[in-house]
Amino acid sequence: MSEHEVKNLEEIFDARIARDEKIEPKDWMPEKYRQTHIRQISQHAHSEIVGMLPEGNWITRAPSLKRKVALLAKIQDEAGHGLYLYSACETLGISREELYDQLHSGKAKYSSIFNYPTLTWADMGAIGWLVDGAAIINQVPLTTTSFGPYARAMVRVCKEESFHQRQGFQIMMTLAEGTPEQKEMAQDALNRWWFPSLMMLGPTDAASVHTEQSMKWKLKRKTNDELRQQFVDQTVPQAHMIGLTIPDPTLKFNEETKHYEFGELDWDEFWQVVKGHGPCNKERISARVNAWNNGKWVRDAAMAYAEKQANKEVKQAI
Amino acid sequence: MKNWPLWEVFIRSKNGLEHRHCGSLHASDATMALENARDVYTRRMEGVSIWVVPSAQITASNPEDSAELFDPAKDKAYRHPTFYELPDELKHM
Ligand SMILES: [Fe+2]
Ligand SMILES: [Fe+2]
Repeated sequence: MSEHEVKNLEEIFDARIARDEKIEPKDWMPEKYRQTHIRQISQHAHSEIVGMLPEGNWITRAPSLKRKVALLAKIQDEAGHGLYLYSACETLGISREELYDQLHSGKAKYSSIFNYPTLTWADMGAIGWLVDGAAIINQVPLTTTSFGPYARAMVRVCKEESFHQRQGFQIMMTLAEGTPEQKEMAQDALNRWWFPSLMMLGPTDAASVHTEQSMKWKLKRKTNDELRQQFVDQTVPQAHMIGLTIPDPTLKFNEETKHYEFGELDWDEFWQVVKGHGPCNKERISARVNAWNNGKWVRDAAMAYAEKQANKEVKQAI
Repeated sequence: MKNWPLWEVFIRSKNGLEHRHCGSLHASDATMALENARDVYTRRMEGVSIWVVPSAQITASNPEDSAELFDPAKDKAYRHPTFYELPDELKHM
């Protein structure tokens, strides 16, 4: 194809997206669109999968059977989210193997938030409330993104997320209404997860490289700073409701703008964690790599069994 | 050893409705594909019946052929009831 023809196709393509048409896997698409989507959808899938690890840490120590089944169901949903997204990503012509390989080799990124440790049971509350809360804010606009399989996966994901946030908030609420020690535990979890949750919504608009192109492709419908403001405005009153304090002494409500103003975020810490130097980066990746490697014999055995059965059927047919 | 193949999953949400494509997954054989589909796509009673089909077995039309496949239907307005102008007195037709 000549350069001129590609340019032409790109114009038609951009116009389709501008008209709110969806792009489906076999449609022509600019190579950059394909690569950007592979990167974003796979990062999203990896985040769901790695995101199971910090919570998995507390399954055996959940304080009651009710909390345990809820946490298990939530984590199982995250596995499901990862699988919906991997399958959406594979429609762009990359294999599951390659995607896992990128995660295991450290080439692919996942959400920096999952590199923080879960030290107490209250962290299960804080994660559901804040981390899933921030994820919802990020994900709802993606249900109308331009790439069909991604949009459809996000519709399923968003339907399931609301339970995650509600069960988390209820954990926090229960602790906050409990003994002074329990309330202290809830406050401590909020103190540790607040800023990482704000930074989870991505670098500031000024430092964000992909925003303009992503906006055009509807991979992004609001900027990181807009999403962050929305998260703060929605979450601060929830903290007040259960008597917890947002760990930001500069936080104040601006009567004029009707928005909360909040303090500077520690972006050095954010980039350190993104680059692999967070408290749990190594632990998370090694847990994934071990799970994959230790499961190899199971995958091989299942495949050998399937092939043997298929051969039997062929023989019987003859 | 070979990787588990890809399967397309179709779910009937309730009797009376058709099976609808809802995504794909990897499994070593059809039985496992059904079990995985149950776990991945019907955790909240989203289905009463599942079909799984090896993705490699699906033949799909090519978007590049869309014009020759689908355009011929465009100029056949006479296939639609509104093409036939009839007197207003005529009810229920
Ligand atoms: Fe999720
Ligand atoms: Fe979630």
